[in-house]
Amino acid sequence: MENEHIIRVESLTKRFGDFIAVNNISFEVKKGEIFGFLGANGAGKTTAIRILTGLSAATSGKAIVAGYDVNENPEKVKKEIGYMSQKFSLYEDLTLKENITFYGGMYGMKYRDIKAKTKELVERFDLGSVQNELISSLPQGWKQKLAFSVAILHNPKIIFLDEPTSGVDPYTRRQFWLMMYEAASHGVTLFVTTHYMDEAEYCNRISIMVDGRIDALGSPSALREQFNAKDMDEVFRIVAQNKKT
Amino acid sequence: MRKILYIVRKEYLQVFRNKSMLPTIFLMPLVQLLVLVNAATFDIKNINLFVVDRDHSVYSRDLVRHYKATKYFVLTGYGDTYQQGIDQLQKGSADVVLCIPPHFERDVYKQNTTKIQLLVNAIDGASAGVINAYSAGIIQSFNANIMTEFAAPGLQSVPLINVTQSYWFNPELDYRTYMVPGILVLLVTMVILSLTSLNIVREKELGTIEQLNVSPIKKYQFIIGKIFPFWTLGMVNLVFGLIIAKGLYHVPIVGSLGTIFLFASLYILTLQGIGLFVSTRSETQQQAMFINWFFNTLFMLTAGLYTPIESMPQWAQTVTYFNPIRYFVEVMRMVMLKGAGVYEIRVQLLCIFTFAVVMNSLAVWSYRKRA
Amino acid sequence: MKRFFGFVVKEFYHISRDRRTLLILFGIPVIQILFFGFAITNELKNVRIAILDQSKDVVTDRITDKILSSGYFILEKNLQTNDQVWQTFKEGKVRAVVCFQPQFAKHLESDKKASVQIIADASDPNTANMITTYISAIVSSYSTELLNGQQIPYAISTQVRMFYNPDLKGIFMFVPGVMVLILMMVSTTLTSISITREKEMGTMEVLMVSPLNALSVIVGKVTPYLFLSLINCASIVLLSVYVFGMPIQGSIVLLFAEAALFIFAALAIGIYISTIANSQQSAMLISNLGLNLPTIMLSGYMFPVSSMPLPLRWLSNVVPARWFITIVKGIMLKGVGIEYLWKETLVLIFMAVFFTFLSVRNYKVRME
Repeated sequence: MENEHIIRVESLTKRFGDFIAVNNISFEVKKGEIFGFLGANGAGKTTAIRILTGLSAATSGKAIVAGYDVNENPEKVKKEIGYMSQKFSLYEDLTLKENITFYGGMYGMKYRDIKAKTKELVERFDLGSVQNELISSLPQGWKQKLAFSVAILHNPKIIFLDEPTSGVDPYTRRQFWLMMYEAASHGVTLFVTTHYMDEAEYCNRISIMVDGRIDALGSPSALREQFNAKDMDEVFRIVAQNKKT
Repeated sequence: MRKILYIVRKEYLQVFRNKSMLPTIFLMPLVQLLVLVNAATFDIKNINLFVVDRDHSVYSRDLVRHYKATKYFVLTGYGDTYQQGIDQLQKGSADVVLCIPPHFERDVYKQNTTKIQLLVNAIDGASAGVINAYSAGIIQSFNANIMTEFAAPGLQSVPLINVTQSYWFNPELDYRTYMVPGILVLLVTMVILSLTSLNIVREKELGTIEQLNVSPIKKYQFIIGKIFPFWTLGMVNLVFGLIIAKGLYHVPIVGSLGTIFLFASLYILTLQGIGLFVSTRSETQQQAMFINWFFNTLFMLTAGLYTPIESMPQWAQTVTYFNPIRYFVEVMRMVMLKGAGVYEIRVQLLCIFTFAVVMNSLAVWSYRKRA
Repeated sequence: MKRFFGFVVKEFYHISRDRRTLLILFGIPVIQILFFGFAITNELKNVRIAILDQSKDVVTDRITDKILSSGYFILEKNLQTNDQVWQTFKEGKVRAVVCFQPQFAKHLESDKKASVQIIADASDPNTANMITTYISAIVSSYSTELLNGQQIPYAISTQVRMFYNPDLKGIFMFVPGVMVLILMMVSTTLTSISITREKEMGTMEVLMVSPLNALSVIVGKVTPYLFLSLINCASIVLLSVYVFGMPIQGSIVLLFAEAALFIFAALAIGIYISTIANSQQSAMLISNLGLNLPTIMLSGYMFPVSSMPLPLRWLSNVVPARWFITIVKGIMLKGVGIEYLWKETLVLIFMAVFFTFLSVRNYKVRME
């Protein structure tokens, strides 16, 4: 049952005691889209993404990712998705090749395929000079590339990226987005959270989270028109102010 | 399952790249075997004896000589007053003070009974008891000499029960023979528990566990993958320890090594289960280390390693049934020193098998991929 | 100054939020003391023995009875033949077998001599020694019974006075050791891990460039642990005094002053370890291998130092805990004052100063 929507979220809520981190959000993501999940720090983006990737259980509501209900079948979902967390989470005491081999194995790839894929990724992202170095010896910019290559290793349908460009210089940020476009051109859906409003322009559609709610949803141009703003920064400011009124 | 092999491979890579691994596996056991074996003894030796001799006679000096002749007591000095003796105890220069009253020799001649005073530093209660026993033995033999010297009438027709003492399995009463098997258990335990309990928490703290949780790896695959490398490390540790035990201390290995390894495999599995369970329940390495230390100390002290389990009150003895270390210590001593076989240790085997299954299942159950 | 206090408060928050560690930190001394007090002892109790009585007459019955009613021994099995002895030991159920020769009473009557053999499982030589000593004593008291109160001439009697611990309570020996161990765990290990953690997580550098200078950072980090240790110290003392009747013969003020000195030395060592360790794991390893383990083994905590071979006795002098244990035993049990303990105190002061000096030097090197 090929659905046009590869992610469908309905009334998703996550409560931590009295605190509501994710407040009744609903949205859809089309296959092949680059969807930007924006919001200020603490708005609830990371919590939401953790629910969608099966790392955290929702309090109520539904999320269908890649055709499976995340609450009922988290393990089936995990086969179809890739993830790049906010905190760099590859093994610093292993080399790039060793990391790739390991995660390839985790996703059930055959050894032959892993070798082929390693070669492909190394070429694609120009990692040839560092593939046998311990990750700990690499600078931050390389680490982002590495983490991304591991995320797309097993040809997932969707890749979830949580603040992939935070703490990185503008040049490297742009390089990273080029990498993401390249992946998207192969039909991969990208779900990206970020607090950099200018990155919103790179996405097909975005949503803006404020205090756990989604207060804006649509393509960047549509939103600019809707809020009569000249750029996404202004859109965001307006949306954030609205919550106060 | 191939996925498990990938985890095993990664763990091995990490182990060998970890600089503190080698010292942990080899240095720590070495230190324990060298130092602890020689230190861990309740054998009472080198007891500092201070003598307050207010008789200064042939007999009083003879009595002191009797003390010096044993290997237990070391004469630290002479004094003239009772107060001096107490002073020595206060200072800690003497562990025991022998007070010989004036007219000691005269009173013995006159067939009166005479009284000697013994002042003992009893802070270590059990040692004090032993010191007392040694002292009593010395005085008794000194007394017997006197009696034969005077060939007192009426002593011949006393019926004599002859008591002989035989010591089996350790005829030289070498404390180290007793301690080494136990300490081997100790070193394997410490290494395995600390390595495994920190393992998963470390991944949590560094964040690498998230990447794993997001992958379709199954819980049991994850745990088994973690168990295997450390299991081999534990066995290596044990073999290393056994080599030192045999080579350095010549501890007998009467029973079969196979029996030891069989039990050891299950034991290490149990420890890993405990370590992994602790690891899944801790949020930081610090916490894991402390919980680990807590159980370590508790188990170690009540395992019958240093003090006999039978001397404990009933409730404490019952508690030790849940202590895996207790079983291994028993088995090591039974197999190494007495040549016990699988049949004789069947109860312990069954218990440790149950433990291994329970703890590892607990670890698998406790590990949550989803918060 | 205000910044400093703010920093210390933050550290306190850090610690108080980690409930599990706190629980264990306060729980361990309590549990250890309780266990040592009630459960662990190296005295002889409930010893399982077997009797091989090949005579089975009035005399052997009487002797057996005396042995079993002494309170130390429990009869596990009655054996019939010599061959059974080996198997019984192998099964590990008994620690000694008492063998009476056949026709015991008859021999005693006619030859005025009969033999009893005590075979002890000397795997544990100490217990074996105690067992044979006790059983021999019981048999010889039976011999005395036979004399029916004849007066023995030339007898020397001994009056024994047990000082500092007249009831021979086992706990007295262990309390100082437990105190030392806890203080070291908190002051050294915990401190070194806590500082190293900041290094590992990268937050140390942030602290270093803050307006607080390096010294304030270290002192600030260490202050909460000082308090924790003092509280622990107090709780151990309270427990041992009120639950186990351990006395404080000497001055309480002196006791806590020395404790503070020891804590200070332990903290200095902890800081020193944090200057040479790069990760929490190695900090843990160093403090365990270099301090905790030697302390448990060589400080007199469990095993009397005097019984150790010479090289180990020397080594024991390097372990700070050893000196503090002597101090605690002296103050609590002997009631001595500083006049008797000046040597130990001086050693502790020296160690504290030495490690402080080393730590400061290491930090200065780091800063350049």
